[in-house]
Amino acid sequence: MDVKEYIASGVLELYVAGALSPEENLEVQHYALQHPEVKSEIEAIEKSILELTRTTSPKLSKDSFKTVRAQLDDVIQFKPEASERKTPWGNYVGWAASIVLAIGLIGVYLQNNQLKTEIEITNQEKENLEQILSTTQEKVIDKEALLQQLRAKNITVVALGGQAVSPDSYAKAYWNREENKVIIDAQGLPEPPPGYAYQVWSLKLTPLTPTSIGLLEDFATDDSKLFALSNPNESEAFGITLEPEGGSETPTLEQLYTLGAVGP
Amino acid sequence: MDLDNLIQRFQKKDTVAFEALYDMYAENICGVINVILKDPERSQELCQDVFVKIWSKSDQYDTSKGRFFTWILNIARNAAIDELRSKSHKNQKKNLPVDSLVGIHENSEDLNGKIDTIGLQSLLKGLKDKCILLIDLLYFKGFTQKEAAKELKTPIGTIKTRIRSCISEIRKNMA
Repeated sequence: MDVKEYIASGVLELYVAGALSPEENLEVQHYALQHPEVKSEIEAIEKSILELTRTTSPKLSKDSFKTVRAQLDDVIQFKPEASERKTPWGNYVGWAASIVLAIGLIGVYLQNNQLKTEIEITNQEKENLEQILSTTQEKVIDKEALLQQLRAKNITVVALGGQAVSPDSYAKAYWNREENKVIIDAQGLPEPPPGYAYQVWSLKLTPLTPTSIGLLEDFATDDSKLFALSNPNESEAFGITLEPEGGSETPTLEQLYTLGAVGP
Repeated sequence: MDLDNLIQRFQKKDTVAFEALYDMYAENICGVINVILKDPERSQELCQDVFVKIWSKSDQYDTSKGRFFTWILNIARNAAIDELRSKSHKNQKKNLPVDSLVGIHENSEDLNGKIDTIGLQSLLKGLKDKCILLIDLLYFKGFTQKEAAKELKTPIGTIKTRIRSCISEIRKNMA
């Protein structure tokens, strides 16, 4: 487009007069945005019309806007808000209903949470009980197995009596020769002091030869006080001494708690 | 304060912005009305009514209607022409006296010295009658290009080029 030609055409004068169609107006505005010369030409034309119309004015008083201003508020009040004002109760009831609903929902939510918590607690308790049941069942099975072993036909029972260091102590050894196994019932022994453990010895009497067959591990925490040990020896007697934790090579005879000979 | 900003605030019903626009254009709008009515007192009253109308129509303005001044100019001349019609009981736009600007130019004594006769005459100095008539039709009566061509029995293309040269003469007189 030739800008000079466009300006010279007279279309901008018609634009300022309002003599163009809306489409033509938009076209002029489009060119005015693209070409500053078009925009300033429009402003110059408008200025000449403003100048011309000013001369024919009957000269307004300085505070003429006041009369106009006084009528503007009435105009504003004609905005279509009346329908809302008609039903204020509808509004209040609406708000009240919303609040009641909100409170109700919060109540339901809290109650739901409470129930969820209770279900969780119940589930936890159920798991705990199942755990206890399972442990108990295992214990019963263990005990029954143990009882079977003690009741076996070829078991040798050796009573171990208290010695000088602890005369009240006693213990029993259940020896299964075929399975090379010995079960020590240590219920009659006092709890060993910290850092010490009971050690079980198999003894040959002539000459006196002790052989360690094991430690009574975790004495304090084992409620049954029954300890299964392996014993492949031709034992003639069993003795239990108190030794430093981890056991000793040879028995400390001063700390011999119980001793008993295998019967014929 | 730039014009676009004022117009935006006016459209949001900002009375301060509207007063600024009133200060910018009130004399011009009243001048247009006065050319049509040739009655200074009635023109002042109608001018204020027109600004109240502009306020109530603020949301109807958009750029497809052209310049803001063009939009309020259109509201003003429609109101003035309606007023004139109700007075004269004439129902045809085309039957309105076509010489309003020419008349006010030539017979400005009728307006009891209320208008700026000297200013008007210096602006229109050297303009031919057909120029003044065309300005009257396009700017003061709101004729379209086609209507003006028909009224003046002139080809449409001529209207465009003629108004260009007429306004150019006013602009020369302003300098």
